[in-house]
Amino acid sequence: MPEPDVCDLPGIVARWHHDPTNLVQILREVQESCGTIPSDTLDRLAALLNVPRVRIESTASFYAFFHAESHGAYEILFSDNIIDRMAGKEALKQYFCERLWLEPRKLSEDGLVYVDDTADIGLADQAPAMLVNGYAIPSLDKTRLDLVAELIRAQKPLAEWPPMLFEIPDNIRKPGPLTGEAFVPGAALKATLARGADATLAEMETSNLRGRGGAGFKTATKWASCRKAEGEAHYVVCNADEGEPGTFKDRLLLNSHADLVFEGMTVCARVIGARQGLLYLRGEYRNLHEKLKSVLARRREAGLLGQNILGHTDENGGFDFDIEIHLGAGAYICGEESALIESLEGKPGKPRNRPPFPDRCGYRNQPTVVNNVETFACAAKIAERGGAWFAALGTPQSAGSKLISISGDCQRPGVYEYSFGVTVRQILIDCGAEDAHAVQVSGPSGTCISFREFDRRIAFEDLATAGAFMVFSRERDMFEVARNFTHFFAHESCGFCTPCRVGTSLLRNTMDKLAEGKGSAYDMNEMKNIMHILRGMAHCGLGHTAANPVVQTMEKFPEAYEKRLKRLDFEPAFDLDGALATARLITGRDDEWAHLADD
Amino acid sequence: MTKTFVLDGKVIPFEEGETIMEAASAAGVYIPHLCHHPEFKPHGSCKLCTVSIGGRLGAACTNKAAEGMKVESETAALNADRLALTQMLFVEGNHVCPSCEKSGNCQLQAVAYHLGMLTPHFPHFYPARDVDASHPDVMLERNRCILCELCVRASRDIDGKNVFGIGGRGIKARLIVNSASGRLADTDMSVTDRAAEVCPTGAIIRKRHGFTIPIGKRLYDHHDIAEVPVAGMKEPKRG
Ligand SMILES: Cc1cc2nc3c(=O)[nH]c(=O)nc-3n(C[C@H](O)[C@H](O)[C@H](O)COP(=O)(O)O)c2cc1C
Ligand code: SF4
Ligand code: SF4
Ligand code: FES
Repeated sequence: MPEPDVCDLPGIVARWHHDPTNLVQILREVQESCGTIPSDTLDRLAALLNVPRVRIESTASFYAFFHAESHGAYEILFSDNIIDRMAGKEALKQYFCERLWLEPRKLSEDGLVYVDDTADIGLADQAPAMLVNGYAIPSLDKTRLDLVAELIRAQKPLAEWPPMLFEIPDNIRKPGPLTGEAFVPGAALKATLARGADATLAEMETSNLRGRGGAGFKTATKWASCRKAEGEAHYVVCNADEGEPGTFKDRLLLNSHADLVFEGMTVCARVIGARQGLLYLRGEYRNLHEKLKSVLARRREAGLLGQNILGHTDENGGFDFDIEIHLGAGAYICGEESALIESLEGKPGKPRNRPPFPDRCGYRNQPTVVNNVETFACAAKIAERGGAWFAALGTPQSAGSKLISISGDCQRPGVYEYSFGVTVRQILIDCGAEDAHAVQVSGPSGTCISFREFDRRIAFEDLATAGAFMVFSRERDMFEVARNFTHFFAHESCGFCTPCRVGTSLLRNTMDKLAEGKGSAYDMNEMKNIMHILRGMAHCGLGHTAANPVVQTMEKFPEAYEKRLKRLDFEPAFDLDGALATARLITGRDDEWAHLADD
Repeated sequence: MTKTFVLDGKVIPFEEGETIMEAASAAGVYIPHLCHHPEFKPHGSCKLCTVSIGGRLGAACTNKAAEGMKVESETAALNADRLALTQMLFVEGNHVCPSCEKSGNCQLQAVAYHLGMLTPHFPHFYPARDVDASHPDVMLERNRCILCELCVRASRDIDGKNVFGIGGRGIKARLIVNSASGRLADTDMSVTDRAAEVCPTGAIIRKRHGFTIPIGKRLYDHHDIAEVPVAGMKEPKRG
């Protein structure tokens, strides 16, 4: 069990070069080695880093995985996506708590265990899942939880737990060019160096590759503009935050195709003239950290990273580039590229004012390319096989293949690689989801489609997606799906702008009110108004899309809402009779006259 | 040739690099705002200044003016949305105007008057927020904080002190101060700091000055905020 005094603050700070820009990484290591980030640590860090304490506290209090109170020797966080719930998460969590005699969100009396929920951890194909001290355990059932409970009772250090608990299969069900073909590390780089930066950019242009992180911005345009931008240094950033619930395709790329991803970053570095790259890995993927570091080490040894890559020299000298991994700490908003950069710079993950965009003013205010993991993997393949090959796949507006992460009510959840243009219906057949009733495409911030729309296609021109594909059968309650997503957004709002900070909580509260059977048509209308404010006035994509699940399910599955409405006009949110409960307790009365009439 | 853009049909001149808000203010046109202050770096968080820029919505305080741009601000739709934002700010905190020392000089209240706010509309959150009376001269009333970060910017950029910051996230975001105890008294805050007077609401107030000017005789008791956008900045326009 980690004791507070094993926390070697000066060592951690030195490892991160005494640079406050690395504050999130420093805090993360403190949290991991001490189990908490106590108040006096903030003062010591302020002194060691020579920055005001208030700035350290801002960052420390922003991220969900940092906390000042002890969570014991074992912190258990259950993934709380709707998919986990459908797979029995709530009952299993209760079972687990009963076995260990504890209550959620309360440190056990012996100071050993703490249990809580966390946002989706990228294992929807193996739900329900949880994190133990940051390490993922998938496919929970009573047997596995019994084992975990025993290990905790025996106070076994995590390192001695059976490795099979932490095994996470890729679940690749339909391979394609990215996931099914062998890739020889260095192949794309050799082609790039032989071709030259200009010609490589031209291949990227020809390929028609568009970003795989959701927005679908043309990659060649981003690289070209970053390349042109002036700065003291250029940076390549790989967005491996993969926080959108139901998305887990980057997990597989990082686990089994990391060379492709790192090579894509290196190709980008060559094109834009960068010497440093950063991979921002979501904290939930802690289990991949060591493996990725060893891939980087291997690539350095093979001359594919570091000084004088592949011994190449030209009129500008050698090609130097290296990659550093930063871990996130439980904040979905850090997937938004400018919030991600803030986080890389040691700050709370709050989106910046744009323009300027990162291609001109990104990491350390220098020109920076931010791309998704899958985008870099595609870039490596394009560098290797040429732009025309890639452009020939998919549709004219959506070139190439797309990894789809399928979860929920289907027989074969996992990752499927399709050429763009595939219909939802085809995907449902392939994954064994014949009785699907609804699909949430691209996660809570994406699009909810009903069975009437299954002929729609996965493509930027129809259903754009970052990769999530959550299937719901006829038995599922689409109201509960939307309510779960609404809780997610309220929890993940960074709080910077008024509409989202307040609006997401208003939505969550209204959905809870409806769930308690206290809602009316007035509330439904209110939620539409809040959606209008969020879409128009929020500062970033999180706020813009936060009301989508509610409004779309309201439109497509009105019956899920109607059956919950108490009456069709107004019902106050304030429960007057409930408020009298304290008075009843104090006076010891519970007779008819101590209650308000319920009409 | 000076460059110009059009705001609600009026031609507004601007200098290269100016925001829509700056150019509009210089031309005497009011765009509702709370987190903007002419002396500080644009922040863009309250979103009250949202305008339509060639059909796309954006914050006037962070978007740069550009030649020939068509901007709409005083539309019924935008003012309705601004009203909703103001109501959101009211319900997320605890604002009891009749008993607040800042009443009449408060920009939140004045914007609410300006937009014709009659009710808070949304259900109140009634958050539990701390009041900090530890400092001899300055009172911190977090119930009234709207997280505009003007005090954060003033303390950092003008006073060079970093007394204030924002902690937490989402609806739990809160004003924090630079001391281990969390008390204002244990920071190097001084009553003469710019941060002590920049708060648009009654969240940071100087002690013993609350009622020097009686309620009823205060700035926004007699002037719409459109005439005097920033208390103490300019003399109110007459006429
Ligand atoms: C709230 C929010 C969360 C996001 N999360 C991710 C993410 O986890 N991974 C990702 O690649 N892009 C994410 N994005 C999109 C990024 O901002 C950005 O567009 C993307 O990383 C660009 O890379 P691409 O062009 O390769 O898609 C998110 C955007 C928003 C608004
Ligand atoms: S929309 Fe939400 S997440 Fe985005 S900046 Fe505003 S509060 Fe933060
Ligand atoms: S205390 Fe005042 S100035 Fe500071 S953030 Fe709150 S409302 Fe703004
Ligand atoms: S004044 Fe522009 S966002 Fe607050």
